[in-house]
Amino acid sequence: MSTGGGENSFNAAKVALLARLELSPEALEKLQGEMEAIVGYVNQLSELNVDGIEPTAHAIPRNNVLRDDVAEVDFDRATMLSNAPATIDDELIKMPQVLPGEGMS
Amino acid sequence: MSDLTKLSVAQCAELLNGKQISSAELCKAFIDQVKRVDPTIQAFLALDEARVLAAAEESDKRRAQGAPLSPFDGIPVGIKDCISVKEERCSCASKILENFKAVYDAGVIKKLRKAGFIPFGRTNMDEFAMGSSCENSAFQKTRNPRNPDCVPGGSSGGSAAAVAADEVPAALASDTGGSIRQPAAFCGVVGLKPTYGRVSRFGLVAFASSLDQIGPITKTVEDSAILLDTIGGHDPNDCTSLEAECGGFAEGLKKASVKGLKIGLPKEYYELEGMSDSVKKCAQEAIETFQRLGAELVDVSLPHTKYSMACYYIVATAEASANLARFDGVRYGYRSPDARDVLENYMKSRGEGFGTEVKRRIMLGTYVLSSGYYDAYYLKAQKVRTLIRRDFENAYKQCDILLTPVTPATAFRFGEKSDPLQMYLSDVFTTSLNLSGNCGISIPAGKDPNGMPIGVQLMAPALAEQLLFNTAYAFEKR
Repeated sequence: MSTGGGENSFNAAKVALLARLELSPEALEKLQGEMEAIVGYVNQLSELNVDGIEPTAHAIPRNNVLRDDVAEVDFDRATMLSNAPATIDDELIKMPQVLPGEGMS
Repeated sequence: MSDLTKLSVAQCAELLNGKQISSAELCKAFIDQVKRVDPTIQAFLALDEARVLAAAEESDKRRAQGAPLSPFDGIPVGIKDCISVKEERCSCASKILENFKAVYDAGVIKKLRKAGFIPFGRTNMDEFAMGSSCENSAFQKTRNPRNPDCVPGGSSGGSAAAVAADEVPAALASDTGGSIRQPAAFCGVVGLKPTYGRVSRFGLVAFASSLDQIGPITKTVEDSAILLDTIGGHDPNDCTSLEAECGGFAEGLKKASVKGLKIGLPKEYYELEGMSDSVKKCAQEAIETFQRLGAELVDVSLPHTKYSMACYYIVATAEASANLARFDGVRYGYRSPDARDVLENYMKSRGEGFGTEVKRRIMLGTYVLSSGYYDAYYLKAQKVRTLIRRDFENAYKQCDILLTPVTPATAFRFGEKSDPLQMYLSDVFTTSLNLSGNCGISIPAGKDPNGMPIGVQLMAPALAEQLLFNTAYAFEKR
């Protein structure tokens, strides 16, 4: 099995970045091998000819459902913020710096 | 009464309604049993005793006033840790949600409460329901009550083990590729995967939205029907929940008979290489039992069975990678203390918060959805899903219901399946059902020479739960 660059190859470092997962070099190396085996397994679908077959997204066909356009209050702010990792004045969710430069306090 | 913990839901209801026991006594008996056996079994991540007993007292008051919410008012039900119970933690057995507290009740919890059932603890699971042994829980290893050296199955291993160990009479679980049926088979209890859309997914933490379905794990088929009667039906908060009438299943069992029923035996399931002899023998005995009960056996074929695992792992992981994108360390859940900017916040929080199997699946899903691979993997798998669905439609032209094994072998030992692909293959008989959207049930059918339980699976067309229950019930009473 190849380890990156080719047409059907799995590049663990690239996919980890796309998936927003920071992994140690050791973890990446282990995953590279495991994922190649898994991708190799699911590749068996290439044996099947599916020309003219419609894709199934949901086994039971469903249409989108719209509720009436009426304002409702489900939760107050304090409840919704109760699970936030960090807040400012119990009103805002606090995040690390977005733009480069001097950090805010 | 010393053996309250052995009772089924129906038997509990009988004693409660006959005023022979109170809900407080019943709940105390189960709490005591948890204290006795759970240090070994470890089925529960948490159990809020005070909350359970307060609910039991409320229930007893209602019954004393002659106004129980239903015949089942006051009966405890274990809840898998991916179903939201207001003001209780809901962690999906993951570090990333370790301290998350649900801010509302899931649709199924609202329905349970409406009938007076009491949510009873959070049961352990594979992290985000990804796994077949409960070994992927970030917090503890649940043991199989029939042999503590073996896994209880997964992902709903906590729910199955809790019921099998008499820690609770019934539990809710979720099934995306076999996560109710496989642990039920491993622990020797009954596990139902309802038709997709039968049961609201509102408040269920999403793994693969087009496959996930909540269902009960119980000691008897009747209890399974009682629980679906309770939790099934339309929920305006879930746009995939069906409007079809749902209920009366337990009542309908009274007419259960399999005389003249055509039971299909899909040959691909029986010809699988590597299936254990004891599972094969048990399935054969189940076939003979149904014959003796008057059913007609028909050989059928589900020709794309071989591809169901590959199809499942593409569809499920693609949906999971999208669903789990919400865990970004911003609004809730774990946030890495070391992040210096926004990208690091995502990368580190997710890298530190998710376990290895969850990372594998997010990566596979990301890969099959990524530019250049989408058509070859995801779109292709969706087309194969159509073929698998058609297999079932064609089979049901020749028979009413399908009978198969649930798993190729009985419960394995801890650490035995360290290769992720080998672990995936233990779901070989269960994933097609989720891809097809139909309903199925795993029922105890026998034991292997080591005394480990073996289950058989019945699979019925969409919305044919009554047929499923009737057939399972007839087998149970054999």
